[in-house]
Amino acid sequence: MKFALQRCCVTSVFLKQYEAATDAVLAKLGIELEEVREFNCCGYPLKNYDFTACALSSARNLALAEKRSLNILTLCNCCYGNLKHIAHVLKDNASLKKEIDTTLAKEDLTYTGAVAPKHLFEVLYHDVGLDTIKQKMVKTYRNLKVAVHYGCHLLRPKDVVQFDNPFAPSIFDQLVGITGATSVPWSTKLECCGAPLWGVNDELSLDLTEKKLADAKQAGADYVCVICPFCQLQFDRVQRILLSRRTSAAAIPSLVYTQLLGLSLGLDEESLGLGMNELPAETIHQFLGTPEEAQAAAPVHG
Amino acid sequence: MFYRASLYVALAIFALGLAYKVFTWFTYRIGADAAGISAAARVGAALQGMVRTLFSGKIVTLLRAFFLDAILQVKAYREDRLRWLMHTLIFFGFMLLLLFHALEKYVSVPLFAEYQPTVNPFIFLRDLFGAMVIVGVGIAIYRRFFLKLSHLRTNSQDQYAIAILAVIMLSGILLHGAKIGSYTRYEEMVQEYAMNADEEDLKGLEAYWVEYYGTVSPKAKGPFDAATIERGKLIHEMSCLQCHSRPQSAVLSYGTALLMRPVALALDRAHVPTILWYVHFLACFIGLAYLPFSRMFHIFATPVSLMANAVMEKKTSAPANIATRQVMELDACTHCGTCSARCSVGVVFETIPNLNILPSEKIGSLKALAAGKELSPQQLKTILQGMYLCTNCYRCTVACPSGINLQDLWFSARETLLARGYPEFLVLSPFSYYRGLATEGLNGARYAKASEIARDGILAGVNVAVVRDLSSPLALGDSALKSKLEASFQAQTFSQCYRCMTCSNACPVVRNYRTPQATLGLLPHQIMHAVGLRLWDLVFSAGMLWDCLGCYQCQEQCPQSVHVADVLYELKSVAIARAREKVSAETGVKV
Repeated sequence: MKFALQRCCVTSVFLKQYEAATDAVLAKLGIELEEVREFNCCGYPLKNYDFTACALSSARNLALAEKRSLNILTLCNCCYGNLKHIAHVLKDNASLKKEIDTTLAKEDLTYTGAVAPKHLFEVLYHDVGLDTIKQKMVKTYRNLKVAVHYGCHLLRPKDVVQFDNPFAPSIFDQLVGITGATSVPWSTKLECCGAPLWGVNDELSLDLTEKKLADAKQAGADYVCVICPFCQLQFDRVQRILLSRRTSAAAIPSLVYTQLLGLSLGLDEESLGLGMNELPAETIHQFLGTPEEAQAAAPVHG
Repeated sequence: MFYRASLYVALAIFALGLAYKVFTWFTYRIGADAAGISAAARVGAALQGMVRTLFSGKIVTLLRAFFLDAILQVKAYREDRLRWLMHTLIFFGFMLLLLFHALEKYVSVPLFAEYQPTVNPFIFLRDLFGAMVIVGVGIAIYRRFFLKLSHLRTNSQDQYAIAILAVIMLSGILLHGAKIGSYTRYEEMVQEYAMNADEEDLKGLEAYWVEYYGTVSPKAKGPFDAATIERGKLIHEMSCLQCHSRPQSAVLSYGTALLMRPVALALDRAHVPTILWYVHFLACFIGLAYLPFSRMFHIFATPVSLMANAVMEKKTSAPANIATRQVMELDACTHCGTCSARCSVGVVFETIPNLNILPSEKIGSLKALAAGKELSPQQLKTILQGMYLCTNCYRCTVACPSGINLQDLWFSARETLLARGYPEFLVLSPFSYYRGLATEGLNGARYAKASEIARDGILAGVNVAVVRDLSSPLALGDSALKSKLEASFQAQTFSQCYRCMTCSNACPVVRNYRTPQATLGLLPHQIMHAVGLRLWDLVFSAGMLWDCLGCYQCQEQCPQSVHVADVLYELKSVAIARAREKVSAETGVKV
């Protein structure tokens, strides 16, 4: 199982813990990766501005992966959504495909659709499998309630991404479930985190973030859990700004799924970059125990 | 006399140039943060910072940066081996020539008791160092003119750098080659060192030099008999050998001499060796005098930049020192193109042909900005677009072999350009996320203004009166645009809308407002409908377009399979294009 790893532009400096945790977990699960230095931005931020430039960006990465006969592994939902979207569009749109092909040919690249983008969750759920991950676990969570946040581009539009049921998804919940944590129901679970408008219309962005976080808190969650780097930045860094500007806002820390999973795989706090989260995540240790301890403990939440 | 005079002139220009450059480091400004700091304060802060660094434990860090990054170019080695080889050959070859050949009086003579430029190993080494530089320059020419790397742009400064090195090195090798064969030179030496020899001895000596030293004589031509050679050898050993190894050791120069051999006499009579000597030293002096103003200035600025960046940090360093460093960094850039090769959005240059997208080219624009050059609004807008079209992934900064903090440069310049009030539509895209993260360090009013200016810029493409006064009769707009949207794979589904409002009800942005229409103009279902009715002014003035998250809730829930979010995306590009056209039609300035 080998993939060409597409990192997200925002993780290398602003979300080092994301890279640390994800790299550690992928290594632990024995997923082989090739870092493709030539990969560029997936093109997602260009979608608002110039669709051809956006399509070229994704197509070039797909072509680079095709040259290596590897599927692309994406961690970020926006990268995933955009790569999927462009792969989908290029299938049906001959004139755009021709334009892109001409540009790619300058670098001796071609994209025929032989390889596909895969999201980390697809790999964990379908390729590795829940049972295999479970076997590698050394600790489980007890009484930990998590508000699972899927992120838009993992689910929608369904005819393009085809990851899970967009109205009642369960894959992320199951992935959280195997760690022993409980996924709580919350009404805004499938809504946007607000990140696409941060820097564009901050008040609106904060409104949406505040509402979601308050909802998660009200549902009794101890943590929010995300997989997309933009969502994590929004729920961690931007939440800190939110808390400083709107005193009535409820605080709830957010974890990247690979941080949550990493602890139960026995990876240490430092290699998961837990200390780098802006909203402290130390309390997570109170919920961790060996599987035997977990079984012995009576369920507190009914 | 001429030699000395030109040397002193060159040195004087060089010294003035150097002083001027250092002066600009403290007076030029990049970014809003630098605006309020005086040059005197920057000099003071720099001195203070340097003293503090020297007396702290950071001296080890400085030395590491100097030897590993500046001298050995470890970063360049990691990025591109061929380029590293090129730089190493040129740098070491040239430095060794400078020290042991150009400055031989001050270095080689005092260092080596037996030093003579024409004995081994010196004759061999000089030639070798020259060959190193020539191979390096050859690699540079190959990379820039034959490899056709799309990210590697070549400007006049690059061409000058290659040309001046090539002229210095080739004239040196040709000079040496011409001197080996030169009969005039041979006669001069005989005059000076073998005055007392008799006719027969001189005949022998000439034969010996023609045979073994490559001298081309108009009189003596081989083959020579053994006795003549033997006689010449005796005189040679007495008068010449001490200072002359056989020139075959200087492989390149001797090879050149062999090539020149058929025309050596004619060249000698035409004083070509003297002419080459003039070319050689004048090229060196021109290189020296022009150095502070050319790309070659990086040999001073880059090590300083590497060391400064090794010990400075954005959070802890004095803003005055950051302002100075940022100007200095512009001089440290060697235009090697590593940043553009690693750029996350460099590929976009293929469809949006703005050179300022490429980091290596942004530096050129920044130089013009920092120097306070008068730039036209068109130029400024182009630079701003290039600066904003950046995901802030820091790959350029991590890769830069000159240790330039490129990302911070872009950020400083971006804020200054935004403050000039030109609408940049990229501000309305997720490229602004980074700016949002930095919001706490920015001037609040100026921060929020950029988005407003961009939205107002969009309205330039709209007849606002129609939108404000709904009592005026609605006129159907351009039908060509509707046909275009009907044909567009992104937007074509708008016509399937039967206005059930599911999309607007599903939209988290609409749900965020008590009176959404007042804030957003049109709601998603109304936009679909307005497109069908060709009410373009209403469509493109709708704030909804720019407040759309792209979360696809609308599209997922639409019972009619209208790709609502994709339609909105397409409308955004059209709105931007229309605003641009309108502005350029009115002002003649292309946005």
